[in-house]
Order: sequence, then structure tokens, then C-alpha cells
Amino acid sequence: MITLLLIFFPLIAALLLLSVKGEQVKNIALGAAIVEFIISIFALTQFQHNAEVQFDFNTPWINSLGINFYVGIDGISMLMVLLTTFLVPIIILTSFKTEYKNPSLFYSLILAMQMALIGVFVSLDGFLFYVFWELALIPIYFICLLWGGENRAKITFKFFVYTLSGSLVMLGGLIYLYQHTEGLHTFNIAALYKAGQGLDATHQGYVFIAMFMAFAIKMPIFPFHTWQPDTYTVAPTQGTMMLSGIMLKMGTYGLIRWLLPLAPLGVGEWGYIAIILSAIGIVYASCIAIVQKDFKRLIAYSSIAHVGLISAGILAMNIQGLQGGMIQMLSHGVNVVGLFFIVDLIQKRTGTRDIASLGGIRNVNPQFAVLFLFVLLGSVALPLTNGFIGEFLLLNGLYQYSVWITAFAGLSVILGAVYMLRSYQSIMLGETNSITSTFAPLAGSEKAVLLILCAAIIAFGIYPKPLLDISGPAIEKLLSSIAH
Amino acid sequence: MKALVLLSSLGVISLLAEIFSFKKLLYPLVLIGLITTFVLNIFDWDTNELYFNMMRYDNYAVAFTSVILVIAFLWFLMSESFFKEETSQADHFALVLFALVGAVIMVSYTNMTMLFLGIEILSISMYVLAGSKKDDVASNEAAFKYLIMGSFATGFLLFGVALIYGSTGSFDLMEIRTFISSHQGTVPAIFYAGVLLMLIGLAFKVSAAPFHFWAPDVYQGAPTVITAIMATIVKTAAFAAFLRLFSTTFAEVSSTWVNILWVMAALTLLVGNITAVLQTNTKRMLAYSSVAHAGYMLLALLAGNQYSNSAILFYTAAYSIGSIGTFCILNIVSTAKGNINTDAFKGLGKSNPFLAFVMTVALLSLAGIPPTAGFFAKYYIFTAAFQAGYAGLVLIAIIASLVGVYYYFKIIIAMYFKEGKGEVIEVQTNHKLLLALVALLILALGLFPDYLIGLL
Repeated sequence: MITLLLIFFPLIAALLLLSVKGEQVKNIALGAAIVEFIISIFALTQFQHNAEVQFDFNTPWINSLGINFYVGIDGISMLMVLLTTFLVPIIILTSFKTEYKNPSLFYSLILAMQMALIGVFVSLDGFLFYVFWELALIPIYFICLLWGGENRAKITFKFFVYTLSGSLVMLGGLIYLYQHTEGLHTFNIAALYKAGQGLDATHQGYVFIAMFMAFAIKMPIFPFHTWQPDTYTVAPTQGTMMLSGIMLKMGTYGLIRWLLPLAPLGVGEWGYIAIILSAIGIVYASCIAIVQKDFKRLIAYSSIAHVGLISAGILAMNIQGLQGGMIQMLSHGVNVVGLFFIVDLIQKRTGTRDIASLGGIRNVNPQFAVLFLFVLLGSVALPLTNGFIGEFLLLNGLYQYSVWITAFAGLSVILGAVYMLRSYQSIMLGETNSITSTFAPLAGSEKAVLLILCAAIIAFGIYPKPLLDISGPAIEKLLSSIAH
Repeated sequence: MKALVLLSSLGVISLLAEIFSFKKLLYPLVLIGLITTFVLNIFDWDTNELYFNMMRYDNYAVAFTSVILVIAFLWFLMSESFFKEETSQADHFALVLFALVGAVIMVSYTNMTMLFLGIEILSISMYVLAGSKKDDVASNEAAFKYLIMGSFATGFLLFGVALIYGSTGSFDLMEIRTFISSHQGTVPAIFYAGVLLMLIGLAFKVSAAPFHFWAPDVYQGAPTVITAIMATIVKTAAFAAFLRLFSTTFAEVSSTWVNILWVMAALTLLVGNITAVLQTNTKRMLAYSSVAHAGYMLLALLAGNQYSNSAILFYTAAYSIGSIGTFCILNIVSTAKGNINTDAFKGLGKSNPFLAFVMTVALLSLAGIPPTAGFFAKYYIFTAAFQAGYAGLVLIAIIASLVGVYYYFKIIIAMYFKEGKGEVIEVQTNHKLLLALVALLILALGLFPDYLIGLL
């Protein structure tokens, strides 16, 4: 039942929020998101650290087609749910200093999106998964369309069509597997696994392509990334955070939950190409990030690089790669939200995101400089920050797959340091100029967000074991089920 | 059968209204009559009554009749002003009700003559209604085109019936079927010619490519409320009739028509969707989208398996409800702004958030985005076609529906993204009721489709 509560509480909150007018909207939205976080923490305390699916709920939904409303949480889902419920209140808090038109709709859409995201992470029925997957797209489309920046109609439409095409291909793959389930066809995840693993390598290859397409577009993996920089740049800050912090993880989560077990032989057939694409994406996006002038765009590209490494590590199909992927999903979520918030802070105070025209903010606001530095170090994966653990495990996992690809993908660590440190240097250090000399001190809510994020970055950099313990058994079970 | 009797009586009563001057009472009377008919129609469930070998009230007929009655009820909510503004209102009531009678016959016939009668009762009423704006040239043109093209199609249909009668000696669907199975290999060639002619005739009626050319002009020229009937009730009835004939009687000779239907379905999907993209006139765009939707339904027809009946039932319901919503809003907006292009929707999200919301839900449903009814309708049809082995056609349909997203989203983008003049449009209470019902039904059907697809 707690799973149902996790899914539907944000939805109910979103609907109620629509009727609220005035100043209280932000506080109520934040309150709802915090309650949701507390529910998830409660779920965590009840969670048994084993490989089984817990808090499961299964009821027939569309009986005649074997579709069930089947949800449940295992270690992998647990981490993703925690990431979502942790980030959404923070994302809402980041908007406290921003005045949006029609705020009740804005926050209502964010909560509605949270509902769909949690649905994606707990679905254990292929059809239900698809429905939540698509459902997540609608709120974010409207968030970008209604509150986005210049040229948003065209860019958000491209984003919509791009991801929709990917999803439809995935739906084709799911229907194909559904037709191969035994007896009365069903979308039950176990039956789909069985059907997928029963196919020969060539057909699993087709399934792999169909599913990977959707996930690759969502993450995005080179060469399916062309929607991403524009969309991230044009979306309102909170939209970008939802997209990069959480929505992107739908793709990587999909790889673990739906791609590997459905088509393990398909990974053998096509995984090599997918890993190479991911690796190319890492280096390519890093190189483009280096030459970006717009700081928000730079982070958008850095996100492509990071997610490329996650995808490559997961597709290497070993315990280190998968565990690294899990940890890095969480770290990336935390870090990227922090970075986009910093972009927002700078833009609101100086009116620009142009790296070259900023400088010397540290002299004006040393406190901000320190907090920014922590987030940045997490993002470049310095040891003792959260980014390091994930990246280390991912490269370790990839190393067992191929030394050469690891060497190539490992460039991301160096290139990442190059573009992040350079932009830090240019923005924060150097001479204070006319734009930055009036850099206002951080407000309470802004300080709170950065402090929470920094605390998470350091805490899980030093002691990641609790997180690894949550997902560990489920990952091991998943790997052993596809090993033979 | 109860539905048929009640609707006919309502039609006759409407005609008397002009004579005995109770025109003011007519509107509520018809609404109550439709609700009563709907309820009584439900009682026909599982009775499977056969009337003089002409019509059979099996569950198929009852289910489709119910869908038609629900749409008709919604339609009447939408069109009150149509009856107020025009002269000879009572005649309009009667014509719409007789069109419904035709539709009910079309979903329940077991005899080719009844099919013909049903189509004619429906069509002749529609010809007149299409021309009901007497001083409008476009309306007259639409009526004339509709009449000519419709008669042409009926000609094909009738010729087909004649050939089939000539070769089998019967109009009765069951007898024809028995004849085919007992004369395996010796069925005369003119029988097949008859089947193909009927196929063409029905393809005209459902506006499947390449027989769709009349639809955009007629849809555009006719008064918007009448276009709404054509796009919903007429289409539902025509598909129900099409399916009833081809899934049972002609199923055994499917090898003669499946390939043709395959090509037709692919053409309809592509022509409908791609041409819709190019339209600036919203009504014309919806006309092409209606052609495109016929393409999806042809997929279910082609599949010819246990899913087909419920797939078409669900699709017609989802599509009709979405269409009624869009046509109603289009009518409200175009009357208020005096402009029927996409521009008219600019800034609607700000000035009339409720209209914009319902329009968005309806368009998302027509585009097939979860969790709306339209998504599940498409999904179900694709599954049916996939199971029958038409993977290639499903692929075309998926690509076509992606194209569909483009033109539906043009309106959504115009409503929310572009700034309009921002005048608030007054919306009548019954329109508000209708639109709330539409949004509710779309979401309910999308979330709980089992109740409808489990019927057949």
C-alpha cells in the first residue's frame, strides 16, 4: 500500500494545489513534497535489505489483455524513489526566489510529474511502465512550453516528438514480447523476462534495439542527443532540474530494469555498439562543453558526458558497472541540480550566463564560492565526493569489459575537470567587473538548498555503503538471473 | 429494437411540433427521449432478438447503438443554438433523429436491403442537414457535393448487392455465408465483383483513401455542428456496418479483399495525416484527421480476429467523444473570433483556461497520448493488427500517428504559447457541461478501458 501512497499522494496534492491561489502555493507545494519524502523515508525504514520486491501491489487493470496494475519496490527502485522524493522538494525550494506566472499550475505540474516518475520506477508491468513513461512527458512539456525561454515552442516540440518516437518503438518491442509470453498473454514483468530470454540471439537483438532506442533518446546517448542542449537551455530552471536530475534517470533505470533482463543475448549482439556510442558521446560532449560560452549549455553537455558513462558501465553487465551506475545516477542527480541552481543564481544576480563576461564573484561573495566549489568537485569526481564513487565503479566495470574503451571513456574525467575548473576560474576568480560587483548575498532558501546538496555530496562521498547496500542484493539477483 | 421505435417516434413528434406549436418544449423533450432510449436500449442486452430476418439486436448492435446514443446526447448539448438560430427548427430535430434511426439500422442489419435502407435514411438526412444554412454558398456546395458523391457511392453499393444477390440468390447475411461455405471453389465470379463493389461503396462512406476526396470539402462547407455529426455518428455507424458485413459474411472470401484493404488502410493513414499537416483551416484539418482516423480503424477491420469488434467499438467511442469536444470548442472559438484558422486559438490558454484544458485533453486523445482514451484505442488496434500478422502496417500506422502529433500540437501550442488579444469568450452552461463530460469520459475510458472492451 505504501507504494500506492507514494504514487498517488503527489497526484492528489497536484490536483488540490490547482485550487490554491496566492502566496501560499509555494509553501503548500513544498510541504507536499516534504511529506512525500517522509513517506519514502518511512518506506526505507520498513525496507528489508534483500533482493525481493517489497510493498508490492497487484490488481487487474485491463483484464482482457492481461494488463495489471502491478507495482512494487526492490533495492533498485528504492534508490530511484529516494532520489525523486529527495530532489523534488529541493527543486521546489530552488524556486522560492522566482516569481512564475500562474504558480499553482506550475507547482501542480511538477508534482504531477513526480507522480509519473515514481510510477516509472515502481512499475512491474510492461504496459503500466509505458503509460507512466509517457505520462511523465506531458507535465514537463507544458512546463517548458509555458515558462520556457526564447524559441521554446519549436524546441519543446522537437523534444516531445523525439522522445515520443523513441517510446513508440519501445512500445513496439514490448508488444512483441507480450505476444511471446506463454499461455494467456500478459505484461507481467516476470513473464516478459521469460519471453525475452526465450528468444534466440537475433530476435533478442531486435528487442534490444527497440528498447535501447527509447532509453538512448531519453538519456540521451550520442547520436540521439540533439534535442537535449536546446531543451535544457530553454526550459525554466526547475524544468531543467526535473529533466536532468530525475527524468534522465528513467532511461538509465530502464536499461537496468527492462533492457538487460529482457534481452541479455541482445546485449551481446548490439551492446558493443551501444557502449562505443556511449563512449563517443562522452568525449564528444566533453569537447563541445569545453568551447561553450553559455554556462547552462555547458552543463547540459556535461550531462551528456556523464550519462554516457553511466550507460556504458551498465551495458558492461557486471556488478561493478551496475552498482556504479546506481550510485552515479544518484550523484549525478544531486550534482546536476546543484549546478543548474548555481547557473540560476548567477543569472538572476547578473542577468547573464555568459562565462566570459563574468568574473571575480568570489571577492564579492566568498560563501557562494565555497558552496559552488563543493558542487563542482562532486561533479568532477574528486575522491571523497559522491561523484568519485560512481565514476570509479563505472570505470572499473567497464575495464572488465574492454580496456581500450575504458581508456577512451576515462578521458571524461580529465576533460570534465578541464571545462568545469576553467569555467569556475572564469566565473568566480579573477577581477570583479561591473556586472559581478553587485552580486547579492544568498537568501535563506538558496543557502539551504546548497547546504543540503553539499552535505549529500560529501556524506555519500565518504560513506556510500548504505546506498550500495540497498541496491546490492537486487543487482546481484538480476545479474545471476541473466547469467546463464 | 426499442431504440429504433423510440427514435422514430421522437422524429415524428418533432415534425408535429411545428403544427401543434410546442417547439419550445422540443429540446428538453429530445434530450429526455435520448436518455430514455439509452436506458431501454441497455435492456436489449443479451436478448439477441431477431426481427423478421431483417435485423438482429445482438450485443454488437446494442453496444454500438449505445455509443451512438451517447454521442448523440453530447451532440445535442453542443448544438442548442443551431436549432435556435435557424428557421424550421422542428425539421432539423426530425432530420437529426431520422439520421440516428438510419445509424441504428446500420449497426443491426442482417439483410442487405436493411443495410441499404439504413445508409439511405442516414445519408439523405445528412444531405439536407449539410445544406441547412440556406444562404451560405459553402453550405450549399457541401450539400450538393455530398449528395452527388454519396449517391455515387450508394450506386456502387447497390450494384454490389445486386451482383451478390444474382450469384447467391439471397440478401440475407447468414444465407449468403452458408452459400459460400457450401459452394467452396464454385462461387461464381460475379460474386467477387459484388464484394469488391460493396467494399468501394463502404469505403466511400467511411471516407477511406482513395475515396476520401469528398470529405474535406463537405466537412469544411457544412455548418460546424453538422460536420460534428458526420465525423462522429456517421463514421461510427458506417464502420459498424462495414465490420458487420466483412467480419462475418465476407470473412470466408477474405483473400479477395484483404490486399486491397491493406493498400487502402496504408493510403488512408498516410494521405490523411500528411495532408492534415498542410491545412491552416482548423475545420479542414479536422476533416483530414477524420480521414486519418478511418485508416486506423481499417487496421482493426483488416485484422479480423477476436479483438476486431471491441477494437472498433472502443476506437469509435474514443474518437467520437474527442471529436465532439474539439468541434464544440472550434465552434465556440470560431464564432467568437470570426476566424476558423489556427490563429483563432491564440491566447486561449490565458483567456479561457477551461476551454483550453478540455481542448488539450481532446487533442491529446486524438493524437493518442496516454493516459487518454485515444491512446488505448490506438494501442488496442495496433495489438489486434499485430496479432493478425500485419506488423508492416502497424509500423506505418505508428509513423502516421507521429505525424498526427504535429498538427494536433499546432493548436495546443497556439493556445498556450502565442499571445492573443485575450478577450474572454462567454461559454454557455450546456457547453460547459458537455465539455466537462467530454474531458471526464476521455480520461475515464483511458484509465479504465476494460469496461468497454470487455463488452464484445
